[in-house]
Amino acid sequence: MDNLLSIVTFIPALAALILTIFLRGDDEAAQRNAKWVAMFATSATFIVSLFILFGFDPADTGFQFVEQRDWLMGLQYKMGVDGISVLFVMLTTFIMPLTILASWNVTERVKEYMIAFLLLETLMLGVFMALDLVLFYLFFEAGLIPMFLIIGIWGGAQRVYASFKFFLYTFLGSVLMLVAMVGMFADAGTTDIEVLLTHQFASENFELLGIQVIGGMQTLLFLAFFASFAVKMPMWPVHTWLPDAHVQAPTAGSVVLAAILLKMGGYGFLRFSLPMFPIGSEVMTPLVLWMSAIAIVYTSLVALVQEDMKKLIAYSSVAHMGFVTMGIFAGNQQGVDGAIFQMLSHGFISAALFLIVGVIYDRMHTRNIEAYGGLVIRMPVYALVFMLFTMANVGLPGTSGFVGEFLTLMGIFQTNTWVAAVATSGVILSAGYALWLYRRVVFGDLIKESLRTITDMTTREKAIFAPLIVMTIWLGVYPSLITDIIGPSTTALVNDYQAALGMAEATTQHASN
Amino acid sequence: METIILFAPLVGALIAGFGWKMIGETAAMWVSTGMLFLAALLSWIVFLTFDGTTEQIHIMRFIESGSLSADWTIRLDRLTAIMLIVVTTVSSLVHLYSFGYMDNDPQWPEGESYKPRFFAYLSFFTFAMLALVTSDNLIQMFFGWEGVGVASYLLIGFYYRKPSANAAAIKAFVVNRVGDFGFALGIFGLFFLTDSISFDVIFAEAPRLAETQLTFLWTEWNAANLMAFLLFVGAMGKSAQLFLHTWLPDAMEGPTPVSALIHAATMVTAGVFLIVRMSPLMEFAPEATTFIVYIGAFTAFFAATVGLVQKDIKRVIAYSTCSQLGYMFVAAGVGMYSVAMFHLLTHAFFKALLFLGAGSVIHAMHHEQDMTNFGGLRKKIPFTYYSMLIGTLAITGVGIPLTTIGFAGFLSKDAIIESAYGAHTDAGNFAFVLLVVAALMTSFYSWRLMFLTFFGEARGDSHTHDHAHESPRTMLVPLGVLSVGAVLAGMIWLGPFFGSHEKVNAFYGVAAHGEAAEEGHGDEVAAGWTVGQGAIYTHPDNHVLDNAHHAPVWVKVSPFIAMLFGLGLAFWFYIVNPSLPVRLAANMRPLYLFLWNKWYFDEIYDALLVRPLMGLGRLLWKRGDGNVIDGFLNGVAMGIVPFFTRLAGKAQTGFLFTYAFWMVLGIAALITWMSIGGVH
Repeated sequence: MDNLLSIVTFIPALAALILTIFLRGDDEAAQRNAKWVAMFATSATFIVSLFILFGFDPADTGFQFVEQRDWLMGLQYKMGVDGISVLFVMLTTFIMPLTILASWNVTERVKEYMIAFLLLETLMLGVFMALDLVLFYLFFEAGLIPMFLIIGIWGGAQRVYASFKFFLYTFLGSVLMLVAMVGMFADAGTTDIEVLLTHQFASENFELLGIQVIGGMQTLLFLAFFASFAVKMPMWPVHTWLPDAHVQAPTAGSVVLAAILLKMGGYGFLRFSLPMFPIGSEVMTPLVLWMSAIAIVYTSLVALVQEDMKKLIAYSSVAHMGFVTMGIFAGNQQGVDGAIFQMLSHGFISAALFLIVGVIYDRMHTRNIEAYGGLVIRMPVYALVFMLFTMANVGLPGTSGFVGEFLTLMGIFQTNTWVAAVATSGVILSAGYALWLYRRVVFGDLIKESLRTITDMTTREKAIFAPLIVMTIWLGVYPSLITDIIGPSTTALVNDYQAALGMAEATTQHASN
Repeated sequence: METIILFAPLVGALIAGFGWKMIGETAAMWVSTGMLFLAALLSWIVFLTFDGTTEQIHIMRFIESGSLSADWTIRLDRLTAIMLIVVTTVSSLVHLYSFGYMDNDPQWPEGESYKPRFFAYLSFFTFAMLALVTSDNLIQMFFGWEGVGVASYLLIGFYYRKPSANAAAIKAFVVNRVGDFGFALGIFGLFFLTDSISFDVIFAEAPRLAETQLTFLWTEWNAANLMAFLLFVGAMGKSAQLFLHTWLPDAMEGPTPVSALIHAATMVTAGVFLIVRMSPLMEFAPEATTFIVYIGAFTAFFAATVGLVQKDIKRVIAYSTCSQLGYMFVAAGVGMYSVAMFHLLTHAFFKALLFLGAGSVIHAMHHEQDMTNFGGLRKKIPFTYYSMLIGTLAITGVGIPLTTIGFAGFLSKDAIIESAYGAHTDAGNFAFVLLVVAALMTSFYSWRLMFLTFFGEARGDSHTHDHAHESPRTMLVPLGVLSVGAVLAGMIWLGPFFGSHEKVNAFYGVAAHGEAAEEGHGDEVAAGWTVGQGAIYTHPDNHVLDNAHHAPVWVKVSPFIAMLFGLGLAFWFYIVNPSLPVRLAANMRPLYLFLWNKWYFDEIYDALLVRPLMGLGRLLWKRGDGNVIDGFLNGVAMGIVPFFTRLAGKAQTGFLFTYAFWMVLGIAALITWMSIGGVH
């Protein structure tokens, strides 16, 4: 099968198309059919995507399963995966069936809801596989639309504000990226990412509007991409759209947002920024590192005082993404391995945490922490699952949350001990806010009248959490599962990056001599 | 065999925790207890047959990233063997004890199942602790380190209905994380410096680290000293040393068996174990070890002063634990790692004994913990009385001066005091003085506890006193076994831990420096170390053992005299003239309040750290995120929003949905094109 990637990418879209054209009416039967079609399509996508995983050769650091075709107006359609992207593809196909299962109780516009999620899956998969700038941009931007709709139509009371905030932040960031892409095309004469990865963009300093631009062209390109990726991550201080979006989004929307959409920023840094603009990256590294360190401490402190469960978890997500950017810009093997690991692990853990909020939100229709307390007495299974993911969230060794945090910190210590020390203090704060949340919701005596009849998790809910629990512990005990696959590719990435920096340094020295 | 020791408690925990509904409560409890006794039996076999050669047993791969490689491995050497018997013995006895203690716990409503959960937590704790002590690299150690932290958190907060228990549990975890902050930085630093986190490599590199400078934060540091210091910060958290000790007294919120196992005998000694395990590094870090001596000595003193006035029986023992851990750190800090382990071993016996004895008293008194409501219990619970008496004789250090006959604490504590003196350094002398004073106070508060509890008139609720009863056999058997340990452990193992060089070296599998030189290891011997050569390392210039053996007589008898003074004072205060303490407290009220309030550490931390941080969080949220960032970044965007909001009014009616529909059509076109155009 030489078009495996396209098949995986477009199965959900095809299902969405089928739903659009053939499913009529809004009665119960139609709703059920819509759910089952979506469930079937996402599951099929996951199963087919396993062929990618098992057919993938980690030792080969180039792109695999490459498809290349001519497209409209001289553009090309090119897809492929390497060690950096393949696991994000797997993460996406793994999470999507769970989100559909988590949406089983949606009653409003079920067909449209499922179509939105199916389209979203196609677009997200496209982002991780696209090997052409234009194609990447299309997937990257189009992905905004279904998410915008999911928040705007199925969201909470403030959904309109939140959805526009989400859309505008991310969209404005991307406009700069588009400009940069045009610039790259002008410079390199191609939009093929594989070729661009070997292209050297100019890095001589020049003056712009009276300001000396160190790193020249590369720095400017870096900054343009940075605007887009930093918002997506999101990094401090452009993170404020995320808590609002999460709070308003339906549970499944939050899950996709946290588990997959946030990873596009980190993926972008690894696919574009570091390999294509090494000099620019190096020039801006101190800025990025400090933004990351501040993000970790700042958002952890903010999480400490939240009263809304989802907001608290959203802020904790920003803190965890801080570790990712920090690891990436440590620019060494442990940092980059850790960053990828952290992204994948956060995909499972944050998904689970948002689902955990969803479980009690479905029952009580409030996310206010004050409204709960003593749930362990009526919901022991829930308490256990919540405890496990709380511990994973604070980075307990033996869960996947530990490995990413630890590796990124280990990476950053080698390049900047100040940032390492500040970021490590986030480990203390995360324990504070996570356990404090758990205590207020789950522990204590069950005295609130409204909670007296609350029921424990249903079989469907347990089925959603089971795969996430397995992954969290498995990756925590045996992280080689991931590092074996990403290792050779990250090694190549880091070596190329360091070599490019070394070469630039040699040139500068040569010039100054 | 070692693998079975490590995993038996985990299996027990899983069966008790998840399988109890299938096999029943009692069966679940027996399974986990049985697994622990199996592990204890095998541990003793390992300990007694161990020949001193370090072994590594590979289990599975763990974290690998570039040059970083850590495996799940069991490292078996003398240190591991000692810890194995300490952990599994105390743990199995505590499991057994819990059958009685946790039965019919009045804190739980009728029909609520809590016992299997308790046993599962205890067994899980034991597994994590064993993973810690058997680790062959710093990451696996960190796994165990955090694992025991979680178990401790769960068990302190075991009575989850109680707000105070929940608060104590979180406090324990977070304060420990402060220590872990240092520990983690130490691991990162050692990896940066040696490109490895496995013990053998780090040990071999230790001499080089002593000559390396490292830029960390604002200035340059000596690498060995900095790393030793950072690791010690981790140890301070786990072992409740001064400044990071505040969680331990609060941890008494947990059920008493937990206090005995985790907060006395095993987990809190992990910090000491870490320092001893890293002895090759410590020996090359003179400034860091000096710091350790000061902190240890001051903790021993501080905790003892607070212990003088506490009324809660468990809190007295908790401060006593804190104080005794200080002793161990002094020993490790002056370079007498073997003596630190000696006290760790004997302390595990007598402190677990004291806690379980206290638990038996509490059980008899219907969960009353205030000593001012005890009194005269000697006759009612004689077995408990005698076992606690043995514990007290052991902790206060009763024995025949200038001989090697005495209770466990007599030999190990005196060994530490002599070692402190034998260090012949300012820090050592300082520690010597404080430790002798602390010994006096130890004796005072320990006897105070005994006198208040078992002697004098019955105080408090007479109904409770009337119904005071001896504990069931499952609780008394552990007391008996530990009593034997508290009497004999010191005398049996004095030689290997604090005997002649030959005995100590043979015990730890260390080749004497002379022998190694003859075998001609060249450079490595010059550095004083060959890899894999024994469990602890002492620098050739470290003569503390000899100095301690040759300490003057007044040094050797000083702790004994201090002990007698403490006993006399306690007797005077609580038997002869019981009104004296009350008057004294009234006359010296500021001092009393200072001690009663534990030197105001909690209040200071709350005012200086907790409140400001919460306030900062609120400020950053409302002002930082709300006003500054949103205010600034949304400024432009918000101007546009009203326009969009008008459009969004139509979103409900499907305007935006049409938009999405076009996107679907677009993708449909794409697919069509692919299926047609994809041929070439």
